[in-house]
Amino acid sequence: MMPLQALAVTETTPGGSLLVLGIVMPAVALVALIGLGGRGARAIVIAALLFQLYVAVRVALLVAGTQSPLAYVVGGFHPPLGITLRADGISALMMVVSAAIFLAAAGFAWKDFAQPGGKPEARAPLIFWSAMLAMASALNLLFTSSDLFNLYVGIELLTFAAIPVTAIKGGADTLRAALRYLLFAVFGSMLYLFGIVLLYGAYGTLDISGIAAQLQPNAATLAAAGFVTVGLLAKTALFPFHLWLPPAHAGAPAAGSAVLSALVVKGSLFLLMRLWFDTFPTLREPADMQLLALSGALAVIVGSVTALRQQRLKLLVAYSTVAQIGYMFFVFSLAPKGTGEAIAATAWTGAWLQVVAHAFAKAGMFLAAGLAAEVLGHDRIRDLGGLSRRAPLAVLAFALSGLSLMGLPPSGGFNAKFMLLVAALAGGQWVWGAVIIAGGVLAGAYVFGVLARMMAEPAAGASLQAVGRGRQWIALGLSAVAVLMGLLPLEPVAFLAIGRAL
Amino acid sequence: MSAALLFWLAGSGLIGLSVYGLIVNPHPLCKLLALNLLGSGVFLLFGVIARRGASAGLGGDPVPQALVITGIVVAFSATAIAVALLLRLHTEAGEASIDEEDGQP
Repeated sequence: MMPLQALAVTETTPGGSLLVLGIVMPAVALVALIGLGGRGARAIVIAALLFQLYVAVRVALLVAGTQSPLAYVVGGFHPPLGITLRADGISALMMVVSAAIFLAAAGFAWKDFAQPGGKPEARAPLIFWSAMLAMASALNLLFTSSDLFNLYVGIELLTFAAIPVTAIKGGADTLRAALRYLLFAVFGSMLYLFGIVLLYGAYGTLDISGIAAQLQPNAATLAAAGFVTVGLLAKTALFPFHLWLPPAHAGAPAAGSAVLSALVVKGSLFLLMRLWFDTFPTLREPADMQLLALSGALAVIVGSVTALRQQRLKLLVAYSTVAQIGYMFFVFSLAPKGTGEAIAATAWTGAWLQVVAHAFAKAGMFLAAGLAAEVLGHDRIRDLGGLSRRAPLAVLAFALSGLSLMGLPPSGGFNAKFMLLVAALAGGQWVWGAVIIAGGVLAGAYVFGVLARMMAEPAAGASLQAVGRGRQWIALGLSAVAVLMGLLPLEPVAFLAIGRAL
Repeated sequence: MSAALLFWLAGSGLIGLSVYGLIVNPHPLCKLLALNLLGSGVFLLFGVIARRGASAGLGGDPVPQALVITGIVVAFSATAIAVALLLRLHTEAGEASIDEEDGQP
């Protein structure tokens, strides 16, 4: 559909150094954190993330203003040997989304991971705040790098920063979940590395556009594409590799779960989209892509049904992530090479809207679930009664997020799923359309089931704690963004196509 | 049989063995060792590619050799994190198994 503009950008553009700042600045802050100790950690992190948001917005404005991608040739060494950082429309979008959600999550965790004065310094806050910075840096690297090995390093940094967040609560179950996550992730990255070495052997470069320019459908390339894809699927937790995700995401502290579900799984998904649409655009045979869409469809159905059967709120929300990831894989089948451009552009926009709407909705939902657990002292769905009295804004946040997950209008989730549905029907792939609708119905079932419990009277003898308004507003703000995205017009967004030849 | 082909086969064999080990061994320590073996297989292939891709006059293409060092560091870090988690799990649960699902109350 949309190959990279053939090697058009290889020189550093004005503002290209912003891309370096986006990656290096959180890393510098991380070093400062370790040097200065945990006392001022959260202030440094918030300052760094504010700066990150500024950088991301600047990048997005520059990309939108010039209608062309930003690029930075690191050290002046050009590909095939050097590394180019490149931000097109989707990179800029994801940078902004990531910075905004990190900032919200950090604000939410401000109190949970405080370092109380007068006591010996605890280790957990420093670990949490360093992991946040490391994840922010690694994600920006993933969104902007165009060198396959550089991307490998980024994806590994992301995993190694995410593991401590999942394990930070301690306890056997959490450690088990973190260990399983790590084993899946390392397996995935080894397969990815295997694919990369095959590509380097075949093309003598690791630059994405360099490979795309000389791509041949030979055995080495096909094998490489297969290994890289399976490796990244294991990291993205697409069905049938989803088993590690729910316990790992449910075991993290609320702010951590929000970042993991909203952004970290999207890191490897972003790379997968980058590979199939930019590196191997001509390899997208319909039959292979149907396989990815089939996995996505099974993820939607299995994830939603399993979510329905959960008894713990955080596990339900985590299984809902498994289901929502599935929708994003329809784009591989719905935007095949060679069909009408309009269909492809519709599916492309739908998939990215789904990524962004899910990021905001799921972050808001996990924060709301964290508040629920704090109010009630547990997160059993059966006994959620009384929550709407003590934390009404958190319940509202959960409801608004649910609206977007179900895909009811007006919400970002509706726009995303509607555009995917239109593309599916226009392309004659009504099976995926049916799955999209069924997934929405199932999401409705689990969201309303939880909401009904939240609105119920408190159980006799339940002791309800009060939670602050500030953190409820943060959760509500994130969910509100997911809903407000529904005001976008239902047509392909031109910004998402910047830097790609339509 | 050329040396490159021999190493290529050896690397592929290691990868196959380790994927098998990863799937059939339930113990996390065995899985971790299998992953390290998988890494060794992939790193060996880096060496093969460096040898094959060597331009005339050079003993080997330096790029894969530079990459493999980063790969080894990453694999080492992953192993370190996994061992730390395993040890912690062993002290908390008395055994290091990831099979047993948490019983949902």
